[in-house]
Amino acid sequence: MEVAGNEPPAQPEAAGAAPVLELRHAAKSFGAVRALIDGSVDLRAGEVHALLGENGAGKSTLVKILAGVHQPDSGTLKVNGADVTLPGPAAAKAAGIAVIYQEPTLFPDLTVAENMFVGRQPHRSASWIKGGRRIDRRAMLREAAAVFKRLGVPLDPARIARGLSIADQQVVEIGKALSLDARVIVMDEPTAALSAAEVERLFEVIRTLKSQGAAVLFISHRLEEVFAICQTVTVMRDGSHVLTSDLAGLTANDLVRAMVGRELAERPPHAAAVTTGEPVLIVERLTREGVFTDISLTVRSGEIVALAGLVGSGRSEVARAVFGIDRYDAGQVAVHGKQLKKASPTSAMAAGIGFVPEDRRQQGLVMDMSVQQNVALASLHDLEKGGLIRASAERAMASDWAARLKIKYGRLTDPVSMLSGGNQQKVVLAKWLGRKPSLLIVDEPTRGIDVGTKAEVHNLLAELAGSGVGILMISSELPEVLGVSDRILVMREGTLVAEFSHAVASEEAVMSAAMGQHDPVSEAVKHDERNDTQNGASR
Amino acid sequence: MRAAIVPSRQQQPERLRQSGLAERVFRIRESGILVVLVVFVAVTTGVQHRFLDVSNIQFVLVDTASFALLALGETMVVISRNVDLSVGSVVGLSAYLSASLFASHPGLPIPVVFLAGLGIGLACGIANGIMVAAGRVPSLVVTLATLYIIRGIDILVVGGNEVDANQLPNAFLDIPKDTVGGIPDIAIAVAVIIAAGAYYLRTYRSGRDLYAIGSNPDAARLAGLPVGRRVFTAFAVSGAIAGVAGVLWSAQYGTINSTAGTGYELQVVSAVVVGGVAIFGGSGSVTGAAIGALLLTTISSALYVLGISSFWDQAIWGLLLLVAIALDQTLTERLTSALRKRRTRHE
Amino acid sequence: MSKVIRLQPALRWETGLAVVVILIVAIGSVASPDFLTGNNLFSLGLSNGEIAIMTLPMTLIIISGEIDLSVASILGMSSALLGFLWARGWPMPAIFVTLAVVGVLAGAINGLLVTRLRLPSLAVTIGTLALYRGVALILLGPNTVSDFPNAYTNLGVNAVPFTGNDMTYSTLIFIVLAIVFGVVLHATPFGRSIYAMGASAEAAQFSGIRVKRIKTILYMVSGFICALAGVLWTFRLNTAVQNNGLGLELSVVAIVLLAGVSIFGGKGSLIGVVLAVLAFAGIQNALLLTNFNQEATGIVTGALLLASVFLPNAGRLLRRLSHS
Repeated sequence: MEVAGNEPPAQPEAAGAAPVLELRHAAKSFGAVRALIDGSVDLRAGEVHALLGENGAGKSTLVKILAGVHQPDSGTLKVNGADVTLPGPAAAKAAGIAVIYQEPTLFPDLTVAENMFVGRQPHRSASWIKGGRRIDRRAMLREAAAVFKRLGVPLDPARIARGLSIADQQVVEIGKALSLDARVIVMDEPTAALSAAEVERLFEVIRTLKSQGAAVLFISHRLEEVFAICQTVTVMRDGSHVLTSDLAGLTANDLVRAMVGRELAERPPHAAAVTTGEPVLIVERLTREGVFTDISLTVRSGEIVALAGLVGSGRSEVARAVFGIDRYDAGQVAVHGKQLKKASPTSAMAAGIGFVPEDRRQQGLVMDMSVQQNVALASLHDLEKGGLIRASAERAMASDWAARLKIKYGRLTDPVSMLSGGNQQKVVLAKWLGRKPSLLIVDEPTRGIDVGTKAEVHNLLAELAGSGVGILMISSELPEVLGVSDRILVMREGTLVAEFSHAVASEEAVMSAAMGQHDPVSEAVKHDERNDTQNGASR
Repeated sequence: MRAAIVPSRQQQPERLRQSGLAERVFRIRESGILVVLVVFVAVTTGVQHRFLDVSNIQFVLVDTASFALLALGETMVVISRNVDLSVGSVVGLSAYLSASLFASHPGLPIPVVFLAGLGIGLACGIANGIMVAAGRVPSLVVTLATLYIIRGIDILVVGGNEVDANQLPNAFLDIPKDTVGGIPDIAIAVAVIIAAGAYYLRTYRSGRDLYAIGSNPDAARLAGLPVGRRVFTAFAVSGAIAGVAGVLWSAQYGTINSTAGTGYELQVVSAVVVGGVAIFGGSGSVTGAAIGALLLTTISSALYVLGISSFWDQAIWGLLLLVAIALDQTLTERLTSALRKRRTRHE
Repeated sequence: MSKVIRLQPALRWETGLAVVVILIVAIGSVASPDFLTGNNLFSLGLSNGEIAIMTLPMTLIIISGEIDLSVASILGMSSALLGFLWARGWPMPAIFVTLAVVGVLAGAINGLLVTRLRLPSLAVTIGTLALYRGVALILLGPNTVSDFPNAYTNLGVNAVPFTGNDMTYSTLIFIVLAIVFGVVLHATPFGRSIYAMGASAEAAQFSGIRVKRIKTILYMVSGFICALAGVLWTFRLNTAVQNNGLGLELSVVAIVLLAGVSIFGGKGSLIGVVLAVLAFAGIQNALLLTNFNQEATGIVTGALLLASVFLPNAGRLLRRLSHS
């Protein structure tokens, strides 16, 4: 294991000779902000290379430089040994670099094949109109089908892209990259929105790409995935690369230390022997046709209940139904014994429920509004007097909560879009905590947040529970689920299938229940055996 | 540590069937308006045989000709997630200028006047195109402004005058009346142009690019499509078409003053939406829009023939437009959820 | 009362508008000595009063992320209904109540189609533009009704008592409504919610803001106000005819956009709208007084509209053009 300063990263022992792509000492500033100070990474054919770092470490700027979206202020980029400059995305594509973003951008009204070949559809040779090409539909479908066959995924190229799952959309993007003969494939947090089954399918695809000689750059916050699929890793911190190494021989702690610069407890802290009080939330036989069935659960004051399960199991839908954003067809929701009106967030909020949604940027915050306005957004009526909003009260509320949650911002009147992901999440929390809820529902509270802020959020949740708030937490990160909660409920395909107390829960047990395997213990054993033979790394 | 779940072979046929559903729905939408049109004609003829008289059909076809032509241009613009509200003003300006060209130079060959009209429209379209494409400004605002400006220019140019039908050469005024085998000349000409337009949008790369741009403008840029160029071309074509339609207008109506074409743009947009082109772009076809134009004209004609006051015209096409968009929205929503549900069942 | 106006970058637009208004006043006064006379201000109020009033609810609707192109048709429908019922001998108070109800209903239809059926407001209000104008046509056909009693037509043409001879009723109504709308938009939770839903409808919903309800209310208010404008228009001209107000919606939208209200929603201020109304009226008037063809003021309106969208982006545009 080496920690690199200003020297080029030492060659790790990996298969393959010269790197396909070499980025050395790239730097990029936006005005006064130095987003990237010293970014270096080598990508080799047939190798999956992980890129780790907290939010703000410079990862996304580095990715954008590789994608040709930004041009570095200094530094060199070599592809296949030759120096290249990428003045735009087209140049990056021409250089054989493809980037798959977390949220794929497809054209919903076009077919999958058209999506794959947009702008460069196979054409019939005769074209006397300059710039006009007549499209050869059959060839397009054929080539698309061939690509999907190479990837081992049965997607129909003739179907419209509308309605495709994010996982399928990613496959289309990967297919597009392949059909462009991309030799370097960059994946920016591809697993954030995928279920476990979809992640595994993605990993199969990545292994296929690997075996066909592509160089893959894999960016993720999930260390267990990094160990499962990658061979080498580069860690960035505060704009510079600090570590480049083979993964073999490294532990998660090594990586975390490199990312954060300090030692962190592996599991979030859990307040032992929590005194829980009266039930705050009682959900009885909640059903929404086609989405979830017969959900009954209770959250007590002072208790943290985690709702685990695969993406798509219906957890967020249940939460939204409880809060009133979505409707439900049968059952009831009661807070402090009083039944809530269906599909009425106003009624839920009046009863004392707060809801931190899954998608911070689209649902949790109004990005164009200021930090202050966002914090106040759910409390407008509390801040009003005589029909008018009291500006001083609004300002006081915002600065009070910003201090309490240690939110880093420039001015309270800055647009909230200027804050980092972790601080944005704190603003969402401030918005709801400002209402002094008795039940807080949090959906993926630490998704896309750096390790440091993650810990702060977990501590905050524990503190809240300690002060009597009931918390319903939806999370797909098993360490978070196991570490923070008192009780774990598992959903699968719209129904509750298991319940574990903190004491007896284990990641294997929760995962088996989430996936619906009948014999958790023996299956857990089989998992370990299979995984040990698949990758060298162990958990 | 996750178990490997490989999608099994048996899922494949199901996925293939999904594409059939989407295709089927969109084809239903297009043939749907055709069905409505046929039913409408049938019912009206049942009540009043005169409706299917040759002279009446010719009349409807002539009336539809320039309307459908405008729908073609507007469709190209709307598909790319834009809108061209200036077409009414362009028609008005072109109609007056071409008519007054005849009035002051009676010997001018007719094609020259058509070219002049096309040129005027093209100039307006280019102005629109530059502002929308280069300025990256919402087309609603830009074409609203040019609607005003062009109408203002028209009013200034017209002064208080008007061109009378007497001042126009007979050959010109006969254009809407000429027929070939009973079918009006311009109807055939327009049908050919529309077929060409439809073919272009379906088969040519630059045509498909318009759909991509309307479906997801950001992705189109990221994919390296020449968005600016395509949008510019769409507006230029729309303007040129409006210019030609203006000349046809003066041939049809003869007497032109400064109010020619006022309000026409909203009718054109309605025809396009009724014809199945999504107002936010990305889907729809020129043939659908042309059928939409035909449907609206047919309804006006039917009202006339049935003796219902033409004052019911507006209300009916307003209602029709509302029904069309409501239908489109419901269809898209049902389609999306159906496609999603089929997917989750196989996870 | 708390401080309502915070100096934001957005207010730079309003400052620019104020400069434009001052310029217009200056040029107008130089071009014609009649420009700033009470008489002229009065006729200004007369010819622009209804449009000005209609810009107020339109502003809120556009900030909330929608649009209403049916405003002129609701005006026309209200005018036609006024004539229709009057010709059949209805007493005026009953007619007023009916018009108010019909206006609110027309707005409610818009609101429900947009919020319940989730249809794009641009397309919906193009449809209701036709539908409501169609209703006006059906009601009156080719007829006109012109025998309204003086007591009412005076409201259209006389000055408000006790204000000297300069203020029309429509101007007074505009001023009062502008203040009310201004306070609501800028200082109340209702107004803040409108900005939030315009900037991000989803986030607003997730914060407990009742987006559908508020949008429907906005459309209903718009319907009511446009019906009121229809009454004023009819009394001013002493004529109810089916094409009253034809095409006015574009002027209303143009003024609101000129005011710096973003067509995408979430941005804009009511002060800007008041300034834009003054600018619009001033231009028309200046052109009229200098015997310029008044109809061609469309060119000036159009040019100003273009300026309103290009100037904010001018810096960016120049940079981009110099790179290519």
